[in-house]
Amino acid sequence: MGGLQKKKYERGSATNYITRNKARKKLQLSLADFRRLCILKGIYPHEPKHKKKVNKGSTAPRTFYLLKDIRFLLHEPIVRKFREYKVFVRKLRKAYGKAEWTGVERLRDNKPGYKLDHIIKERYPTFIDALRDIDDALSMCFLFSTFARTGKCHVQTITLCRRLTVEWMNYVVTSRSLRKVFLSIKGIYYQAEVLGQLITWLVPYQFAHDHPTDVDYRVMATFTEMYTTLFGFINFRLYQTLNLVYPPKLDSKAESELKAEHEEDYAMDSESYLEKLSALSASLARVVATAEEEENQLDHFPTEGEDLENMQAREKEQKEQEAQKRLFEGLKFFLNREVPRESLAFILRCFGAEVSWDKSLCIGGTYEVTDETITHQIVDRPDMDKQYINRYYIQPQWVFDSVNAKMRLPVEDYFLGTTLPPHLSPFVEEKDGDYVPPEKLKLMALQRGENPVQEEEEDDDDEEEEEEDEEEEEEEELTEEKNLKKMEDKRAQGKTLAVKVTPGKVKPWETGSAGNKVRLEQEEKAEEKRLAIMMMKKKEKYLYDKIMFGKKRTTREVNKLTAKRKAHEDASKAQKKQKKAKKQ
Amino acid sequence: MCVLFLRQRNVFFQTVPIWFNKSYRLRTGTARKWDKYDEGESVSRPGKLYSTAIDIRNTVGNVPMEWYQDYPHIGYNLDGKKIFKPIRNKDELDEFLDKMENPDYWRTVHDKTTASDIRLTDEQVDLVHRLQKGQFGDVNFNEYEPSVDFFTNEVMIHPVTNRPQDKRSFIPSLIEKEKVSKLVHAIKMGWIKPRKPKETTPQYYDLWAKEDPNAILGRHKMHVPAPKMRLPGHEESYNPPPEYLLTEEERLVWEQQDAEDRKLPFLPQKHSCLRAVPAFSRFIHERFERCLDLYLCPRQRKMRVNVNPEDLIPKLPKPKDLQPFPTTMSLVYRGHTSLVRSISASPTGQWLVSGSDDFTVRFWEVNTGRCMKTLEVGGAVKSVAWNPNPAVCLVAVCFESTVLLLNPSLGDRLVVSSTDQLITSYEPPEEDKEQAVTWALSEGPEHNKGHRLTLTHPKAVKQVVWHGKGDYLSSVMPDNSSNLQVLIHQVSKRRTQNPFRKSKGLVQCVSFHPLRPYFFVATQRYVRIYNLIKQELTKKLMTNCKWISSMAIHPGGDNLICGSYDCRLAWFDLDLSTKPYKMLRHHKKALRGVAFHRNYPLFASGADDGSVIVCHGMVYNDLLQNPLIVPVKVLKGHQITHDLGVLDVTFHPTQPWVFSSGADATIRLFT
Repeated sequence: MGGLQKKKYERGSATNYITRNKARKKLQLSLADFRRLCILKGIYPHEPKHKKKVNKGSTAPRTFYLLKDIRFLLHEPIVRKFREYKVFVRKLRKAYGKAEWTGVERLRDNKPGYKLDHIIKERYPTFIDALRDIDDALSMCFLFSTFARTGKCHVQTITLCRRLTVEWMNYVVTSRSLRKVFLSIKGIYYQAEVLGQLITWLVPYQFAHDHPTDVDYRVMATFTEMYTTLFGFINFRLYQTLNLVYPPKLDSKAESELKAEHEEDYAMDSESYLEKLSALSASLARVVATAEEEENQLDHFPTEGEDLENMQAREKEQKEQEAQKRLFEGLKFFLNREVPRESLAFILRCFGAEVSWDKSLCIGGTYEVTDETITHQIVDRPDMDKQYINRYYIQPQWVFDSVNAKMRLPVEDYFLGTTLPPHLSPFVEEKDGDYVPPEKLKLMALQRGENPVQEEEEDDDDEEEEEEDEEEEEEEELTEEKNLKKMEDKRAQGKTLAVKVTPGKVKPWETGSAGNKVRLEQEEKAEEKRLAIMMMKKKEKYLYDKIMFGKKRTTREVNKLTAKRKAHEDASKAQKKQKKAKKQ
Repeated sequence: MCVLFLRQRNVFFQTVPIWFNKSYRLRTGTARKWDKYDEGESVSRPGKLYSTAIDIRNTVGNVPMEWYQDYPHIGYNLDGKKIFKPIRNKDELDEFLDKMENPDYWRTVHDKTTASDIRLTDEQVDLVHRLQKGQFGDVNFNEYEPSVDFFTNEVMIHPVTNRPQDKRSFIPSLIEKEKVSKLVHAIKMGWIKPRKPKETTPQYYDLWAKEDPNAILGRHKMHVPAPKMRLPGHEESYNPPPEYLLTEEERLVWEQQDAEDRKLPFLPQKHSCLRAVPAFSRFIHERFERCLDLYLCPRQRKMRVNVNPEDLIPKLPKPKDLQPFPTTMSLVYRGHTSLVRSISASPTGQWLVSGSDDFTVRFWEVNTGRCMKTLEVGGAVKSVAWNPNPAVCLVAVCFESTVLLLNPSLGDRLVVSSTDQLITSYEPPEEDKEQAVTWALSEGPEHNKGHRLTLTHPKAVKQVVWHGKGDYLSSVMPDNSSNLQVLIHQVSKRRTQNPFRKSKGLVQCVSFHPLRPYFFVATQRYVRIYNLIKQELTKKLMTNCKWISSMAIHPGGDNLICGSYDCRLAWFDLDLSTKPYKMLRHHKKALRGVAFHRNYPLFASGADDGSVIVCHGMVYNDLLQNPLIVPVKVLKGHQITHDLGVLDVTFHPTQPWVFSSGADATIRLFT
């Protein structure tokens, strides 16, 4: 007995967390400002382990922040700027009210602003950290750069986003670091490998946005503010690594070529320059003029055993990558006006092709349709009036599929007006047990260098084999009895085929000794497993059941997809037959 | 001068209707003074509608008329005479009748000041209409007369005033001169500079030029980076393979689901060419939701369990290596007509005795499955036990409150006769003690049937067990309230004793230690071990079960298994702890019987799910090595009747065979 009574909620986890409202009061900020600060500083709420303890016995739903985080925010210089801005707004309102126009002007001139450089440095202490986190920044900037210059946000933000994205695309083109592209219903996904980091971003299709009303654009604008700062610094650094001039300048040669045409169409010089940059058709100026890019050869070190294997694998990978970088080298493309110019020009230039387009479409087209050396013309219309013999007329999907396949795919499937093969996502990596669409299997065979042109029947055979494989997989999952039954059936079938005995007379367990043994063995194994499962601890059993449940679910999904595919193929075959019959 | 209009129509109706005439107009400021309107003027006008006779103007002024509620009058007229209220006030009904019958009701207004109804004339009604429309009260008033400017906009040649101009109006200001010269001086000296245009475009530089590892804040170790966006699968393609498109039913299901429950946040679509792909309507939404996720969602590191499920399965020795154990059902002993509660094998292993609810005890030959003998007893047989001593041929059977010792006369004649001799050789002691049970020797036809001794208990007996030597016998009479639950009988001396003074709970089953003088008593949740020589409690085992059903002791005597009605089997290592060494939850339903094999390291358990599970339970002589328990076989065969499956299991004394009796009135032998 004795001693002071311990008070509740004055130690332990209750003191480590703070609710949002308390945090806001502690920082003396309005909710909107608090949100802005959290976004800029990257502070997010935490979920306490014991919510009731932290909430002082109440179970009301509250957002909790770590007290440490809030203390960290306390001495952030930007907080003071927020307060200053609040005062500025008040003064401005007053001046307006009194119609003191000179006062308004003076206040406007001294509008308090802030910089986010130090926050970026603090949040991302190393360059790689920043590069890892750039996915969202890229997607956001690409989205903002497509906004119309009205209403939703400042025009400066939009132009800045556009500028930064153009810089980024130019960097990717120059460094040839694009790896994967994907045409989805949402937009176009790109994946680039920059300094060893895989960076994925999504660009919406070029349409006017139908701005939703239930979206808070202030939040988006705050994020964009932070992202543009981050993005600019990253661009600067990336340009530096390639010895490029920042802000980007066109090659002197290209510049002189471009100068002649279209200069008068643009009101402002800066505007036309951005346009020229965004055309992506010319290379960029470098700080130090190097003759050619040096190839980074892997040095050979004497290695043994596994290391050697690893080394070889790495070398192989490197070679493949180099090959992919030169995928379209030597090809000359012409983009018709109905295809998405920017994305296609970007992709083609990333893999070393020459691209041009109609003069009236955009600045920066280098040759005309009539050029005889054009090898491919990308077209997205059912038919063309005037066609040149010495070039392929292909649909844009060919470019995307070729990039993903890391090889130039046969152009026949992508000709003008043909039904396109399905476009697969390059981001899916199938593990064993997952569903692999037959198109992917075909593609993989192509990549391995197998006979690309196969008879349809053979294809069918392949598919059947696949199905069988899958069936076998299923069997593992099925219960033992079913398994046995199937095996018996199979054996019975085999017997009937070989010996031609009417089924029913031959009992498999009486005749086939070899099969019997196999069956017995399997039975034994299954029993062993069942008994061992009985001996599992409760915790492990739970985990095991969960894993098995998940596996079963995936197989169920795979089966569903296979069945759907089969049904679809049967239907299409039947249609074909009908057509044939009609023709005859 | 201006004209105001009374728009307060209510006031107007209540108070003024009398004085309206054709040319009524209010002057500025008269709106409030209209009470003092000169009465005489209106009265004196010719052609008036109202004669002087109705000049009953109230002079009380603008006071609330409620003040006159309690008086018979309502005010005073110009002469200072009281104006009296009408004798009878109109009530609701009068009002209503008036409304229905009076054709002029709509043009009648009530004057509060005089408490009388006034019918408006046509002119007045017309005036009201005009005012309601917002028109002038006077019909003849022209509101669109040409305007006349007071001041002309043309500049006149003559000034308005004749005052000469001040000198200061044409001499430059000295103060201004001073100010300007100061500014000029400041500019010359470079103190004032022209305002710089503000930089609007941000300046970028190499932010990470000096990456100082020491400058990284400690909080970066705690930082949880936001998870990246999920990468798109085939179904998101603008031209996916056909199997990824939703069928009509799936689409309907998708549409009816809540947005959170949907597996895919979008509907997969197929477009024939890139040209046909529309804008994604939820693009901004999705980006915004991502933003919200980034700054509003708590983050947590979750450890993903990445285990191969095969690794979770414990590595046990193969059952094949643990042979022999029973694997197949080889014999079914049929004959009983009701559930077989209990079975027991003879010490030689040649015979099997079974007791059933059909009031019979049957003796079977193990190898052939032949029923050698059937004995009718007077009640449902709860338990049978064959004397474990091979030199004695005695079977204890309990039904109702009787324990019967039988000599089945099976097997070796010598043994049979020696057993009979043993029983008849009993000599009653000199002093007869009062005993809890009565011992009676059977004679006559009962003797011929095989009955030898009858022990009549005071209560119903549930279980009988022999001691290993075959002389002692224990019987259980479960009763929570009394201390007379367990009795130990000595057959050779026909003596009975009650070992316990106090009841410790409902006794489920008892057992003798195979080697040492210990006695095991299982109550609902505990197993107590008593030393019979010292007459004290040695150990109390906590079984962690809800209700023990059965118990068996390892022939070595150091291990014990308990079956319980809550599907568990607890293995105790008596040297290790009083808590179970292992809990086995192999059965799906309540366990009814457990048994150890006498020679082989095997034990079996039978349960209501109709299965018998045989486990390998190896006990090592080395005290440091824990027993090895491996389930080796699940034996099935019994049908489940009335939710009961296997009721008792027992091993063959020499062979690795197991017998089981079930509720389907059969006994089965698994070899």
